[in-house]
Amino acid sequence: MSDAYSRPVTGHVPVLRLGDVLLVTLQGDLHDSTAQQLQQDLAETTSRTGVRGVLIDISGVEIVDSFLGRVLAEIAAQAKLLAARTVVAGMRPAVAITLAELGLTLPGLTTALSTEAGMELLSQQSPAYRPGGRRQESP
Amino acid sequence: MPEHEADGQLATPTHEVRDFLHRRREQIAQRWADEPLFRTVFTVSRDEAVEASKVVVDALAQVADSEQVEDPDAAGFSGVREQLARMGAARSRAGLSNTQVASELAALRPPVENLLASDLEEAPPEHLRACSTTLTVLMGTLRLVAMQTALSEWQALSDRQRLQLMEVATPVIRLWDGVVAVPLIGTLDSARSQVVMETLLNAVVDQHARFAILDITGVPTVDSLVAQHLMKTVAAARLMGAQCIVSGIRPAIAQTIVHLGLDLDVITRASLADALGYALHELGADIVNPGAGQR
Amino acid sequence: MHTAAGVEACLPIRSDMDLVWVRQHVRQAAARLGFGLVEQTKLVTAASELARNTLVHGGGGQMEATHLSSAGAQGLRLAFTDEGPGIADLDQALSDGYTSGDGLGMGLSGARRLVHDFDIESTPGDGTTVRVTCWVGRPPRPREEA
Repeated sequence: MSDAYSRPVTGHVPVLRLGDVLLVTLQGDLHDSTAQQLQQDLAETTSRTGVRGVLIDISGVEIVDSFLGRVLAEIAAQAKLLAARTVVAGMRPAVAITLAELGLTLPGLTTALSTEAGMELLSQQSPAYRPGGRRQESP
Repeated sequence: MPEHEADGQLATPTHEVRDFLHRRREQIAQRWADEPLFRTVFTVSRDEAVEASKVVVDALAQVADSEQVEDPDAAGFSGVREQLARMGAARSRAGLSNTQVASELAALRPPVENLLASDLEEAPPEHLRACSTTLTVLMGTLRLVAMQTALSEWQALSDRQRLQLMEVATPVIRLWDGVVAVPLIGTLDSARSQVVMETLLNAVVDQHARFAILDITGVPTVDSLVAQHLMKTVAAARLMGAQCIVSGIRPAIAQTIVHLGLDLDVITRASLADALGYALHELGADIVNPGAGQR
Repeated sequence: MHTAAGVEACLPIRSDMDLVWVRQHVRQAAARLGFGLVEQTKLVTAASELARNTLVHGGGGQMEATHLSSAGAQGLRLAFTDEGPGIADLDQALSDGYTSGDGLGMGLSGARRLVHDFDIESTPGDGTTVRVTCWVGRPPRPREEA
């Protein structure tokens, strides 16, 4: 139904390549369309460049609702299909509390305290430390 | 002695009381100044107590003038609320119970009533009765206003203290580079768990802590609500990229958790020391006992 | 409109651009009333969920923000109204994981957990109104009475 409206300003979030990793920095309030565009861009870039990791810095994001949460989860899932790992870094405490209260714990997502910690995580060959990554093997 | 109209029509009881309060302002204030409520609160000088009493007399006269003797919300009272609150607070600081403060307030009535009776000595007995009833009602309303004011002060105070207590009771300790811990003591309700969650997660950011330990040794019971709060904190920490460890689960609490059918999908350790050991191991800093190798 | 009584505003919800305005307006209004950072974030997130519901399921509508004042406490009430198809089974719509669209099924039930008061009215065929209220500085109490 909403497709009937012309979408306002379809912004592209810049995707940076640092060696084997794609780095995305999200800032402020994101349009739904911008988030969807990013998801598409990341899929294409990951597939084209064959990187091993995607790092999304959300330290500048003030709110994550279920829509953006779903986009982040889907980015991680599609990157996995393309043999890349995704780390979401720098979520603010207020945002994390709100998501936990919302019941949105995003179990498939690997997280890190900062972009540096995220880079470190992605540079490890086999992940020794992955918060919450334990449940993958559970029946 | 009373110089009101000899035998024309009598004023209404309310107006009679108002005129009486205006006329006898000085005498009433002098008498009240000797009552414990004023005497012990206004200690600088007797004049101070007299002045404070006059303010209350004026307020009563104003309330009588507006014919609202039964209304604690009457505009006339607004000017004395703060003073009444101060007096009540001073008396409770001195160790008096609410009941004692209330009876001190009640003690203000007899001196005024005696004055009124002597003023209306020559008035018809039914008029005196009506006036004295009005005065009693008015003094009762004053008491109500004073108690109301004191009660709302206490409420505000207790709210403030509760918040302070919550903050004091939630110290976040940095145990190691990258490891923070909160020892929780006492009952965890919703309000307090919010404070715990915020304080812990802010510490995670400030200290770049990859591990956050929630020690529940001092928490008497874990019901499903407390468990929910713990899980929320664990989930929020994980979203930020930190790992939570719940330590100090006593055998009784472990049993409760199993009985409640709660699935605490989180890393748990029996003691704070074990939790720290786990965190250090994960950080790659294992503890070696130097004595152990020599045996 | 800014009156002594409060921040009152009515915002249209017609496109995903409007969702951004709704979020920004709610954040500013909440900040002005003295909400803490976590409470602000919760309320803005709830507003975002509800506004998206209004847009996606209700075919667009509006949000009305009202400043409330009760017994010395300040509050912000947000009312989301649409004239869409309405919700036939409210209990089902309020349960976790229920979704009629393509979300995670956390919209209504999640938003409810983020606010102090939650109230929904819906007539099938006539539209839906969701009202939520958050109070400043009121320590969140367990919502047993709900």
